[in-house]
Amino acid sequence: MTADLEPRLHDLMRRAQAGEAAAWRSLLNELSQRLAIYFARRLGAEHAADLEDLVQETLIAIHTRRVTYDVAQPFTAWAYAIARYKLIDFWRRRRLRVHVPLEHVEDSLWEAPDLSGESRMDLNRILAGLPERQRKLIVDVKIEGHSLAEAGARAGMSEGAAKVALHRAMTALVARMRVRED
Amino acid sequence: MKTDDLIDTLVADLAPAPPKAIGGRMAVMALAGGAAALGLLLVWLGVRPDLTLAVAGAMFWMKAGYACVLALAGLWAVERLARPAGSARGGIMLGLSAIGVLLALGAMQMMTTPEEQRMAVWLGASWRQCPIRIVLLSIPTLVLTLLALRRLAPTRLALAGAAAGLFAGGVATMIYGLHCPETTRAFVATWYSLGVALSAGLGAAVGPFVLRWR
Repeated sequence: MTADLEPRLHDLMRRAQAGEAAAWRSLLNELSQRLAIYFARRLGAEHAADLEDLVQETLIAIHTRRVTYDVAQPFTAWAYAIARYKLIDFWRRRRLRVHVPLEHVEDSLWEAPDLSGESRMDLNRILAGLPERQRKLIVDVKIEGHSLAEAGARAGMSEGAAKVALHRAMTALVARMRVRED
Repeated sequence: MKTDDLIDTLVADLAPAPPKAIGGRMAVMALAGGAAALGLLLVWLGVRPDLTLAVAGAMFWMKAGYACVLALAGLWAVERLARPAGSARGGIMLGLSAIGVLLALGAMQMMTTPEEQRMAVWLGASWRQCPIRIVLLSIPTLVLTLLALRRLAPTRLALAGAAAGLFAGGVATMIYGLHCPETTRAFVATWYSLGVALSAGLGAAVGPFVLRWR
């Protein structure tokens, strides 16, 4: 965890609770990037299509339930507890049981590399390192929001083949992100 | 990208939101729930006939004080558990300490009571009715507290429900003391505690269903 993360986010939250829109925007931007990485690791490639929904649901929960944040308590612990609740809720809705341990996992939400500012460029750089076919699939499905069938048609393959190829592409992408973090 | 649009929307929706005084809001729930329980008690059981005499005695206030401490322990726990990552340790410790003190007092009373009177001291005249009446009287406060919690953000739903039940049970027990004619510490330590524990159990059982975020 970055040493100054808690004071920085705590300050943004305090200002946002006073109604400062710019502080809320930068806090939500940073959280959305951290949440995307946190959820991506835990959802795995087969649920990657739900990633953006889950990030958005969590941001909405953070927004609508922000009055429950007590400024005397750590902000990172509060935000993490919401992310964890949303993740468990996601699995519950899919009738799957997973154990999300309280320790260690929390760190990984905050251990993610500091993405503020250059995140988009970083993502482009990682994507650029993938084979053209995989990169196009990820951009089409995950970023531009096309269906698997549409993306498959563009790449000249069936929906099933696109699904498998996307799975491989996401695995490769995650592997590259892990290497960068290590 | 869609998430950026969402963030635009959320930022536009931002209004100054000072941290809510959750404890104060819950205390209002207790006043309303306690008033409902009092109404129920008056219609259903009535106050004890010797109430004016009883309020001069120490035992009446000991029962009220015990119930009050349990309610405060529940309030403290609810206030913390209404928030993500909130710790209920303080409230739980307070509640367990109060129960521990009463159990010790009750046990001492049992030991100093001649054997042939022990059952009478322990069971009183109303041990069968006492716990279930406390649970029934706790329902108004429990419902109101759970409704208030739904608008907040508990992340441990069974525990938050149990805290709401402890709170409601404490409030109900204060009201029930206006009817209950029992006068022994052993009775209070056992049957009052059991009633509040059942109320907390009821809260824990319904919490995961009614407190789930929509």
